[in-house]
Amino acid sequence: MSQPTLTCREFIDFIMGWLDGELEPAVRRSFAEHLDMCPDCVDYLDSYQRTVALGKAAWDAPGDAPVPDEVPEQLVQAVLAARRRA
Amino acid sequence: MAKQRAPDAAGRADKPGEDALLAGLRAGRDEAYEQLVRGYGGRMLAVARRLLGDGEDARDAVQEAFSSAFRSIDRFEGHARLSTWLHRIVVNAALMKLRTRRRKPEEPLDDLLPAFLADGHRIDPGGPWQPAEALEHREVRELVRRSIDRLPESYRTVLLLRDIEELETAEVAEMLGIGPGVVKTRLHRARQALRGLLDPELREGGAAARSTRAVKP
Repeated sequence: MSQPTLTCREFIDFIMGWLDGELEPAVRRSFAEHLDMCPDCVDYLDSYQRTVALGKAAWDAPGDAPVPDEVPEQLVQAVLAARRRA
Repeated sequence: MAKQRAPDAAGRADKPGEDALLAGLRAGRDEAYEQLVRGYGGRMLAVARRLLGDGEDARDAVQEAFSSAFRSIDRFEGHARLSTWLHRIVVNAALMKLRTRRRKPEEPLDDLLPAFLADGHRIDPGGPWQPAEALEHREVRELVRRSIDRLPESYRTVLLLRDIEELETAEVAEMLGIGPGVVKTRLHRARQALRGLLDPELREGGAAARSTRAVKP
């Protein structure tokens, strides 16, 4: 089996470029080769992608504080009063 | 705003509804202003709270955002959705507040990033995370929010604006007065640091597995 052309450190540096489709073709090939050979980096890439997904979902669930769908009445009145004064 | 693009039942208008609302605002009708505040204020407050926390600052930022929106409503050209326009205004208002805040002590980011041996291998590869469905719990969402709050401010802000508020790199760069390359670097490092904070909890056999196993989503 040949040695990966990227180290794990370099692989991790390139993850965002890989996910955004911004890597040069040669780097993309090296990235894919490393992914084929390195189970640790397979796990790292998976957990990186899931970190992004969990971040996006962290405020999504209805019923979870602190995500108000309704604006507090006091704030509505303060905003409207400020407009009348302006 | 990024998380409310679709029309819904909470008073946030679809495009024809937005056009009628805009006409009312431009005509200076009080009821149109009230409709705007009631329809969009809740989600604007949610955005401000993500950036500023639950205190007075978030409510102040929303008030300042509406004042700014009211002043510039005549310049809103209607190319963007009203919700998108208001989203940017409240993000800017919240960023202004963040700039004037006293910084809290922060964990150095490097401590949260992966560490490597001289040959480029990771020192602690850790192992795989639990299956995605095992992480769909309120407790995990709370853990993620707390972990985002532990990131150093300049990284937390970029992560929130890019990944959660879903603003483009160029927009974030302009809002923060930094280059697009810096936004990308900070985002990648923020994601790695957040991953590092979550890893001990979410890897197979991690603490979140034990605490949520008996809990329904």
